[in-house]
Amino acid sequence: MNLSNGVAPVLSARGVSFAYGPEPVLEDVGVELSSGEFVALVGPNGSGKSTLVRVLVGLLTPRSGTVRLFGEPPDRLRRRWRVGYVPQRLRIAPDLPVTVGEVVATGRLPRQGWWRRTRPADRAAVDHALESAGLADLRRRPLAELSGGQQQRVLIAKALASEPELLILDEPVAGVDAAAQRQFRDSLVHLVEEHGAAVLLISHELGAVADDLDRVIVLKRRVVFDGPPAELAATGVSLGIHADDLPLWLEELA
Amino acid sequence: MDAMPGMPWPLPWPFDRTYMQLALVAGMVVGAAAPCVGTFLVQKRLSLLGDGLGHAAVAGVGAGLLVGTGPTWTALAVAVGAAVVVEWLRTRGSASGDLALALIFYGGIAAGVVLASRSTDANLQPYLFGSILTVGADDAYAVLGLGAAIVATVAVTGRALLAVVLDEESARVSGIPARLLNVLLAVLTAVTIVASMRVVGVLLVAALMVLPVASARLVARSFRGTMLGAVAVGLTSVVLGLAASRQWALASGGTIVLVAVATFVVVSVFQAVRAGAARPDAGGLLSGPG
Ligand SMILES: Nc1ncnc2c1ncn2[C@@H]1O[C@H](COP(=O)(O)OP(=O)(O)O)[C@@H](O)[C@H]1O
Ligand SMILES: [Mg+2]
Repeated sequence: MNLSNGVAPVLSARGVSFAYGPEPVLEDVGVELSSGEFVALVGPNGSGKSTLVRVLVGLLTPRSGTVRLFGEPPDRLRRRWRVGYVPQRLRIAPDLPVTVGEVVATGRLPRQGWWRRTRPADRAAVDHALESAGLADLRRRPLAELSGGQQQRVLIAKALASEPELLILDEPVAGVDAAAQRQFRDSLVHLVEEHGAAVLLISHELGAVADDLDRVIVLKRRVVFDGPPAELAATGVSLGIHADDLPLWLEELA
Repeated sequence: MDAMPGMPWPLPWPFDRTYMQLALVAGMVVGAAAPCVGTFLVQKRLSLLGDGLGHAAVAGVGAGLLVGTGPTWTALAVAVGAAVVVEWLRTRGSASGDLALALIFYGGIAAGVVLASRSTDANLQPYLFGSILTVGADDAYAVLGLGAAIVATVAVTGRALLAVVLDEESARVSGIPARLLNVLLAVLTAVTIVASMRVVGVLLVAALMVLPVASARLVARSFRGTMLGAVAVGLTSVVLGLAASRQWALASGGTIVLVAVATFVVVSVFQAVRAGAARPDAGGLLSGPG
């Protein structure tokens, strides 16, 4: 832990191992994120990326190793709104009548206190989240009427509404068109640069953010690469390549 | 002359008699509270939870009849206890948990029937299917109190319950107490059942939690609209059902539920005609408490 300047990293994991059954899914994984860092986590399908983030946010308990969020074990963390998590799967039932504005407003609850009245500052934060995800005009629309890409942006706006200090997104832009990806990139960069948040992004479509990333972590059950994108490029892997090809490229990386 | 104590002015037929006014007060509370809670149950695919807890509550009714304390509070204790156990079993999510639910539900109703049979001249029927003739002023005020507690709780926790319905895991990660809220929803369901038992009965109450919501979400575009629409359907069903049961001397509980069923059919047909094609399903209406 980096205690030399008295500031714990936003996220740190050391020697993390995990298995659902007999087969290990994560082995001796170490990850660290400081505030203001924008990091991508990539790896072939089934390499343990979703499992790792579920361990990092405390939804799964590692077999061994330690995880710290803001210097605390995940289950003892206070002010949990500081952690935003956008899961890989869209869990919202398609037959649920709910508007875009209603969904994004629930994202503010952790920050405002889930039992508290909504104050003007909370409304402003929800408006801001809707705007930065390009959803201001859609807030009264039922979620079910939106395209897949628009629905993904709703989930991102929901996470942004609590202005988290650590945002973890599990393949949030799979199947989102290029224009929406640029908008998405802008809202993440805004969160990192204006609010000093740390962002951990799992994605195979990194073209839109390639120039903004501080680091790339490549996971294949263990961390096989952790460094700036330029160093990864030197090993022959390009982040600008077509999304379907990136996992194949990464298979080659030892 | 024949007005309920506390009613400010005489009401027109069919609510001109005291027993009908007591039934109306108790019925409107139930008509509003049951769909409020039901909106979350339907979206969580827990539509049958109310039915199961209603079965379990019969044990409390039987115990109350046997001891002679009046079954409301014993039913409340049993239903709330069952709700907490059921929620705990549900989070464990194992197959034996499913069987354990059946044990609680059928064990509850069987125990209620046996207990009631041991008590002198006690009749379970009014609690199973509702009976407005048996609603006294004390009952009406108890229902009013329980209903107010339910609506106030939903008003405070509704947004957080929606957050859990939308995505339980991201809610938990960010500090919304999802497990606690799930238990709270089960307890609210139990309280609703007991509040409703004199009006529609524990075996029919689940219908008032689910059917108005099923109707409302065919037309609603927002979650708030679904809940308000469901409450409107619930209230209408109660008022029309009570009036019809007075006019034709019908069982009140069954009549109220049939009005709710008819409303769902009418709304479905209306929507199907408007859309030019029927919706493929009524989504989740028939899915179990698992
Ligand atoms: N809930 C689960 N139960 C059992 N095995 C799982 C579960 N989730 C994932 N796995 C397995 O763990 C491995 C890693 O999966 P995952 O973390 O989803 O990888 P990725 O997100 O990189 O595609 C895969 O082999 C997958 O089949
Ligand atoms: Mg994954």
